[in-house]
Amino acid sequence: MSQKTTYIPEPELVQGNHTFGSITSLVADIVETPAPRWWYIVFAISSLLLGLLLAMLAYLIWEGTGVWGLNNPVGWGWAIVNFVWWVGIGHAGTLISAILFLFRQGWRTAINRFAEAMTIFAVMCAGIFPAVHVGRIWVIYWVFPLPNQMQMWPNFNSPLLWDVFAVSTYFTVSLLFWYVGLVPDLATLRDRVKSKIGKLVYGTFALGWTGGNRQWQHYEKSYLILAGLATPLVLSVHTIVSFDFAVSIIPGWHTTIFPPYFVAGAVFSGFAMVMTLMLITRKVYGLEDIMTINHIEKMNIIILVTGNMVGFAYIMEFFIAWYSGFEYEKFAFVNRAFGPYAWAYWIMFLCNVISPQFFWSKKMRTSITASFILSIVVNIGMWFERFVITVTSLAQDYIPASWGYYSPTWVDILTYVGTFGLFFSHFLLFLRFLPMVAIAEIKMVMPQADPHYYDEDGNELNQANESK
Amino acid sequence: MNTKEHKTFGILAEFKNPGHLMKAAKLTNKAGYKKFDCHSPFPIHGMDDAMGLKPSQLGYIVMAHGLIGFLGGLALQIWTSTIAYPINISGKPFMNLPAFVPVTFELTILLSAFGAVFGMFFLNNMPKHHNPLFNSERFKKVTDDGFFVVIESSDPLYNDEKTRKFLEDAGAVHLELIEE
Repeated sequence: MSQKTTYIPEPELVQGNHTFGSITSLVADIVETPAPRWWYIVFAISSLLLGLLLAMLAYLIWEGTGVWGLNNPVGWGWAIVNFVWWVGIGHAGTLISAILFLFRQGWRTAINRFAEAMTIFAVMCAGIFPAVHVGRIWVIYWVFPLPNQMQMWPNFNSPLLWDVFAVSTYFTVSLLFWYVGLVPDLATLRDRVKSKIGKLVYGTFALGWTGGNRQWQHYEKSYLILAGLATPLVLSVHTIVSFDFAVSIIPGWHTTIFPPYFVAGAVFSGFAMVMTLMLITRKVYGLEDIMTINHIEKMNIIILVTGNMVGFAYIMEFFIAWYSGFEYEKFAFVNRAFGPYAWAYWIMFLCNVISPQFFWSKKMRTSITASFILSIVVNIGMWFERFVITVTSLAQDYIPASWGYYSPTWVDILTYVGTFGLFFSHFLLFLRFLPMVAIAEIKMVMPQADPHYYDEDGNELNQANESK
Repeated sequence: MNTKEHKTFGILAEFKNPGHLMKAAKLTNKAGYKKFDCHSPFPIHGMDDAMGLKPSQLGYIVMAHGLIGFLGGLALQIWTSTIAYPINISGKPFMNLPAFVPVTFELTILLSAFGAVFGMFFLNNMPKHHNPLFNSERFKKVTDDGFFVVIESSDPLYNDEKTRKFLEDAGAVHLELIEE
């Protein structure tokens, strides 16, 4: 028996024969050169949307939550849907920065910086909704364990309180993780920018980084530990978000599949969002050498895998509803698919289960147009998933006499639209003023960074002889 | 160079690439220098061993913080729900430990992350915005594509002439005296 094997090397992570210096200028020049005209236009639009968000929130706080479409059986509407959706989107950033780091996936370095930025801004958007949902925002401090004149303490049995701790911890840790990653790159900008203010600001935030190995040693350890901490954290956050539903006794919510199913859904939608943003960014800023087709393909594979996990969960939920023999549970699921909200259910099913199946084909996985369209479709689908879960179970639960139907009001809709203003204005400021690719990390995955690329005396080895 | 007026901080030697830097680090360590550092735009694997550095102690700092988070979180919940403000919720026990798991977990992670970040800043002497190395125009390359070895003058083996010669032999492409 003769065997013919060939060695197929991994595609180079950075393409286009870059040197360390050219990588630095590729990324840092974006920050140092004046912003292009489109940036101002898009920033103006997103600032307007941000203004819209603030106006809607002011109106809501002034008038009370009655301006939303909530009614008696349906006490949770778009606000909770949007909260879960935005938090879920954030999870891809942590997955890329922490979990892929622990798995030593070198390709993450191209996208981790802006995926983490996306996490932070998405969690900001998410955090608004539960905060204003309490109705009396001026007593929001009651959710924190603060000593107060009423000698009252929070109820630690409540999943909603767990959520407060989970989301605020998540935001803080993501911000710290992001900042630690930024320090060496801020030092790069400190050493490059010409303007006095720029030098002062970047210099301040670079904290006096010198790139000495005595610093790198602790830095890398810190990064590794943070990745190890962020990994269980990200899983716990969406688990706890799912507890908001699963710990109740509403049919369709009270299921043990929720935590893993929510986490898979979060990663699914988050990767789709990273994809959407990445495809635009790499094109506009000419970063195709760093964010290659190979990266897009790998991300699409993750979208396919998590999409199938979500699809499996949908079907499994149905099966368990039938298998449980519990009348109300069975009804809840049949009602989802064929009841008054069937339209939402089938949009969800189509977008989340059917659409990622295109990625079985390599041609679709590596097509930029297909990736872009499907990434948006997936995020629409994931929004509908949260809508289906939240609204259908509440609208028709136990007693038919108390059933109802929920529709959003214009305030609901405009508040949601406004959160895009918050998200994109922050994201644009990030693109403008911070290095959107982790410069130091991307250099690390280049072959020249490896001491084994050189011989004992430190001279470059002949690469032709090197290929094993 | 006007070395009479200022104290010397050390010698900055530039190397061509990570390979040369690695070799220089090994030589410097072998020569017995203690107060030296190798600066590079990115961490170079194997450099800790080449420089003869002990493993980072950051893990212990994180561990201590994590324990504070864990015990503090548990204590907070037990104290508030049994002593300070016991509330009867559907007849559940006041000390409902399973329900305390999520918050305890989150606080453990939060405190550990503080330990990991601020502990790292502490071990790295950050923030320290003034560093004699920043006097060197050439040192700006360190965050781009420069590889440097710095031997500080406070090292007992340090000698202006000998150290300079030593670094030159190690393959430095550029040498510079850094003033305090």
